[in-house]
Amino acid sequence: MTTVHESRTSSFDDNDQKPVGFGRMLRKEDPRLIRGRGRFTDDVQLPGMLHLAILRSPFAHARVVSVDTSAAEASPGVRAVVTGETLKGLGLAWMPTLSNDVQAVLATDKVRFQGQEVAFVVADDRYAARDALELIDVEYDVLDPVIDVRQALAPDAPLIRDDLEGKTNNHCFDWETGDADETEAVFARADVVVAQDIVYPRVHPAPMETCGAVADFDAVEGKLKLWSTTQAPHAHRTLYAIVAGLPEHKIQVIAPDIGGGFGNKVPIYPGYVCAIVGSIVTGKPVKWMEDRSENLISTGFARDYIMRGEIAATRDGKILGIRTNVLADHGAFNGTAAPVKYPAGFFGVFTGSYDLEAAYCKMTAVYTNKAPGGVAYACSFRITEAVYLVERIVDCLAAELDMDPAELRLKNFIQPDQFPYTTKTGWVYDSGNYEPTMRQAMDIAGYAELRAEQAEKRARGELMGIGISFFTEAVGAGPRKNMDILGLGMADGCELRVHPTGKAVVRLSVKTQGQGHETTFAQIVAEEIGIPPADIEVVHGDTDQTPFGLGTYGSRSTPVSGAAAALVARKVRDKAQLIASAMLEVTVADLEWVKGSFQVKGDPAKAVTIQQIAMRAHGAGDLPDGVEGGLEAQICYNPSNLTYPHGAYICVVDVDPGTAQVKVRRFIAVDDCGTRINPMIIEGQVHGGLTDGVGMALMEMISFDEDGNCLGASLMDYLIPTALEVPDWETGYTVTPSPHHPIGAKGVGESATVGSPPAIVNAVVDALKPYGVRHADMPLTPSRVWDAMRGRATPPI
Amino acid sequence: MQVTMTVNDVEVTREIEGRLLLVHFLRDVLSLTGTHWGCDTSNCGTCVVLLDGEPVKSCTVLAAMAGGHEVRTVEGLADGAELDPIQEGFMQCHGLQCGFCTPGMMMTCRALLDNNPDPTDAEIREAISGQICRCTGYATIVRSVRWASVHS
Repeated sequence: MTTVHESRTSSFDDNDQKPVGFGRMLRKEDPRLIRGRGRFTDDVQLPGMLHLAILRSPFAHARVVSVDTSAAEASPGVRAVVTGETLKGLGLAWMPTLSNDVQAVLATDKVRFQGQEVAFVVADDRYAARDALELIDVEYDVLDPVIDVRQALAPDAPLIRDDLEGKTNNHCFDWETGDADETEAVFARADVVVAQDIVYPRVHPAPMETCGAVADFDAVEGKLKLWSTTQAPHAHRTLYAIVAGLPEHKIQVIAPDIGGGFGNKVPIYPGYVCAIVGSIVTGKPVKWMEDRSENLISTGFARDYIMRGEIAATRDGKILGIRTNVLADHGAFNGTAAPVKYPAGFFGVFTGSYDLEAAYCKMTAVYTNKAPGGVAYACSFRITEAVYLVERIVDCLAAELDMDPAELRLKNFIQPDQFPYTTKTGWVYDSGNYEPTMRQAMDIAGYAELRAEQAEKRARGELMGIGISFFTEAVGAGPRKNMDILGLGMADGCELRVHPTGKAVVRLSVKTQGQGHETTFAQIVAEEIGIPPADIEVVHGDTDQTPFGLGTYGSRSTPVSGAAAALVARKVRDKAQLIASAMLEVTVADLEWVKGSFQVKGDPAKAVTIQQIAMRAHGAGDLPDGVEGGLEAQICYNPSNLTYPHGAYICVVDVDPGTAQVKVRRFIAVDDCGTRINPMIIEGQVHGGLTDGVGMALMEMISFDEDGNCLGASLMDYLIPTALEVPDWETGYTVTPSPHHPIGAKGVGESATVGSPPAIVNAVVDALKPYGVRHADMPLTPSRVWDAMRGRATPPI
Repeated sequence: MQVTMTVNDVEVTREIEGRLLLVHFLRDVLSLTGTHWGCDTSNCGTCVVLLDGEPVKSCTVLAAMAGGHEVRTVEGLADGAELDPIQEGFMQCHGLQCGFCTPGMMMTCRALLDNNPDPTDAEIREAISGQICRCTGYATIVRSVRWASVHS
């Protein structure tokens, strides 16, 4: 297959709004959001609604000796106090995680991380519920915690998961990929081998809206209505049916407006289950909204990989192989959200964008007394870690060879004629054309001039760094033959109905958390069927109103659900063509589609619009034999492969030699996400991800003290970039369509979060070259950079 | 206790607990849910409203402290069907994605333009530096405010 590098000729220019198809279009969701009329979970107010608050463990590891709720029950306004023992009686004390582990809803035997759920109160208002929490008396028998992941498998390490029968240690799983022997052989004959220990610290997605739910159980109808902050309403509904034993058709999960997700809102949290139980117990609607500390200490963290990377190459810079060994901290319960056959997510793409001879990874995952989670924060199922590893180690090789890092990458790229390219770890990259993307980033940056400037500054003792990263992502999970979450295949449904007057409604299984689905999906349907986006209502986030599908995460909406939307529109168009042939009294073969109309070939005056066809489909006239009335279709799309977006990022930093403060002066991002649907939205996705990257590289980390106290439990301690820490982003793009996606789109939601951290770290390390620094671990705070400058760089954990 | 204040030009009087935060008064008592809540520590700024024209974080103001004062929330930005240029700017320049921080951001930016109709990019960044947006990367927010400045 030949990939084409092109700047797609859009039917729009960037600042022009046209009624139909791809291009910049203002968002359909904005009018309500700018008026304060969005409806987020905490905005849901129901008559008689009660409020739920959760008591959490102050200890990382402790036996629960007793829980006395009598004083809390007597507190004003309290309607119910529920403990683990209560749930045990209902068979609800434990629930499955997305990785086939179990997690306590409320602790019965032990608490296993600080912040774990122990009991909950339901009261008339949120203040009364909080008051009562203070009155619950829990007696704990404090145990030694396992905090240092490197000590988790020590013979004398305390056993965390004694709830699992036969468990005698803190081992979670082993995983490997690639060929160890082949890789060893390649390393044995290489001129140069470079090894580096690299830590990707624990971070947290911290969406501005915390997690929460409103549960309303109708005992007469036996129906549960649950508004919740979920990125995957259908998957959640099925899991509630399995966990709670409620019939699936009697559960309605509604994901209203969501204030950012970034993966944090993929798992089912104990709080959601507590809200459901609270509503069943009290017979009233119950709202639970966690506070910021609860969000940071108990919900899905991300990363926490301790990696050793090794790279083998010839003296002239041909990369031969990459090998890595990973120790993964999964916290107290394995709550990783990833396809079940991929316990390390898609970390297997650590071979990056390079044509290698061999690769191998060995991973060990362990339990520690920390919050569960593991896949969150826009990581595309662990590709963030993989890209960081390869792009850091390639830079280490460049330093060893004294070669320009851009030149080293250009020399080793997979070439356009090699696609589809099967990597040494078995991933089939669908399409790519890397060099033009890299060249464009270098052109925008003025790469040669930057290097010249750097040389001048170095001579004056100033610290300026230029960092490059080039990433290939694997998104759009995924083909159902080998990808499922708890047995649910990762396909997505879509329904399209065209009303008699030619307006339409499209129903999605995915759900926006800010990505702009209501706009993008209207544009996809518009492009295919010629109805203006303004005339297309996008319905999503309500399991009673939409077809089944696995939801929005891992940049999968456009690659999977976007394909479904395009194909369902084509199905409707095919039917419209049959009806048009009857209306124009010609054969189907005599018709051609000119956006929005079927015309008789060679006689454009004879044409019917999609709106006229819609009226005919619902009207009184005859339809062709075998054609039913109405104009609608549905589909369930199963992707044949993942899609593989790529991008080239260049970061320019200045480091103050006196304070070790890092300033990101410029950041250039050139992304290739295949066909571009709405450039404005794409740019926004990239900007947000780049900001995440600055946060992770320079500021963010969830750390713990030796007792397991979380030290990043508020936004005073867990630092997130503000407008002062980030530059004005410089973006560009190339277009290499996906060959198997119906419109060639690849997805872009997480590209920048994945691709930017290595560019920033590479830039800082480059700036510190005069100090002989080859590596320093994130987050590169002034104190850590200062230590690196003095040869004292240590891992953050 | 009883509190009386003016919210979006309407005088309201309610019986409240002395400890009630302004953000909860607006959201739970007045059902003005456009003002959001995102942290407990005055770091995120999703709860910013204008108190006598000055941006304040309503999670750290007691409702009682707003007694006798004028409060303006996102619901009071538009004049009927006519949007405030700030609102229009955010829409035109993609200054929002999930929309959760947006009301607080817009209130701060309204106050900025009231005091400084033609701010520089650096002044805009400084003005919103007490607030967090996880989606936009801030550049489009800066452009949104510039748009509003030009179109005011």
